[in-house]
Amino acid sequence: MNYIEDVATLARKDLRLELRARDTLPAMLLFVLSTFVVFHFALPQGSGEAAAQGLLWVALVFTALLGLARSWAPEREGGVFDGLVLAPCDRSAIWLGKAAAVLVFLVAIEVVALPAFALFFEPLDGAAVAGVALANLGICAVGTLLAAMAAASRTRELILPLLFLPLAIPLVVGGVGSAISPEPGRYLLFLALYDAVFAIICWASFEYVVTE
Amino acid sequence: MIRARGLEKRYGRKRVLRGVDLDLAPGGFLVVTGPNGSGKTTLLRLCAGLALPSGGALEIVPDRARVGFLGHEGLLYRDLTALENLDLFGRLYRVPERRERIGMLLGRFGLWDARNERVAAFSRGMAQRLALCRAFLHDPDLLVLDEPFTALDGEGAALLDRELASLAGDRTFLVATHDPHRLAPLTSGRLALGAS
Repeated sequence: MNYIEDVATLARKDLRLELRARDTLPAMLLFVLSTFVVFHFALPQGSGEAAAQGLLWVALVFTALLGLARSWAPEREGGVFDGLVLAPCDRSAIWLGKAAAVLVFLVAIEVVALPAFALFFEPLDGAAVAGVALANLGICAVGTLLAAMAAASRTRELILPLLFLPLAIPLVVGGVGSAISPEPGRYLLFLALYDAVFAIICWASFEYVVTE
Repeated sequence: MIRARGLEKRYGRKRVLRGVDLDLAPGGFLVVTGPNGSGKTTLLRLCAGLALPSGGALEIVPDRARVGFLGHEGLLYRDLTALENLDLFGRLYRVPERRERIGMLLGRFGLWDARNERVAAFSRGMAQRLALCRAFLHDPDLLVLDEPFTALDGEGAALLDRELASLAGDRTFLVATHDPHRLAPLTSGRLALGAS
């Protein structure tokens, strides 16, 4: 029970920081909408559903990357990471609290971005939305761990995309597949498996990531 | 409370600490001195459990729940208020009667009136006072303090003098400082680190 309280305390703190500083969500929203607008004019007429779905996933992955790059900034600025690591809570709670907050940001962006995508390109069916929801979990689980690793480095802006994008490829495959395949169930199952496996790996390895 | 033998710490090829022996008994007050770059901060980070040694043996008796740490940085969220910062850490440390304890510390360190201000708006001295409140918040058994008098004005330094004097003997202290004379009346031992 204490573990869940710690996760909730840490996630609530991140939401409060974002509501106060507003330096991540507006940037993510602007980026994803700008991408849709640019591609709306850049893609030739009749490019098809597959191209549009590919574009959606490019936009979502890079928008998530934008949020992930900022995710540990408050901890980096005041050396707060040390304070959290010293606290007697399970260190994986730090990761889970941050991943939960990033998930809230991502979902908040998608509440606007997915209708905007439907407006610019084509409506999404239930399987595509389920694919996005499942991929969100994987993005947040993996991305939050990698962002914590990158945060300790001087070249964090460079390292995070290099680490994150290769690991996001299966999510893009699953997401696009669930949207365009006549049998989306296979792809949704694949995404669920990815989420489960990587969530366990990230949960178990965070302790080692934060130890000097 | 802390026992180290041949303690070493390397970052890549750079050896920051070499062959440090240290004994700190419960209730002791050990002052660590040395020039810049001698490894004082690294030693304190090792003893606080923030880093792992590269060599040698290090035994620390209390687990991290009973350690209070003050570092070079305040370990505080700049966009949270003083009260929100202490409340966050109070929850994570499961401080009993958290609100009363926070109110008492803010009052004692002269920050009660600024409790609803964001840390970003604090002066360096106020931030240091708040960092001290955070380090003392859970009434730790072992206090690891890195240059605790940094940025404090005369009044703040006197407050800290009184706080340290009231806790010395009951709590164990490991303090890095460039001004060991100030802490001389409380000191039970001194460790001088050489330039690495």
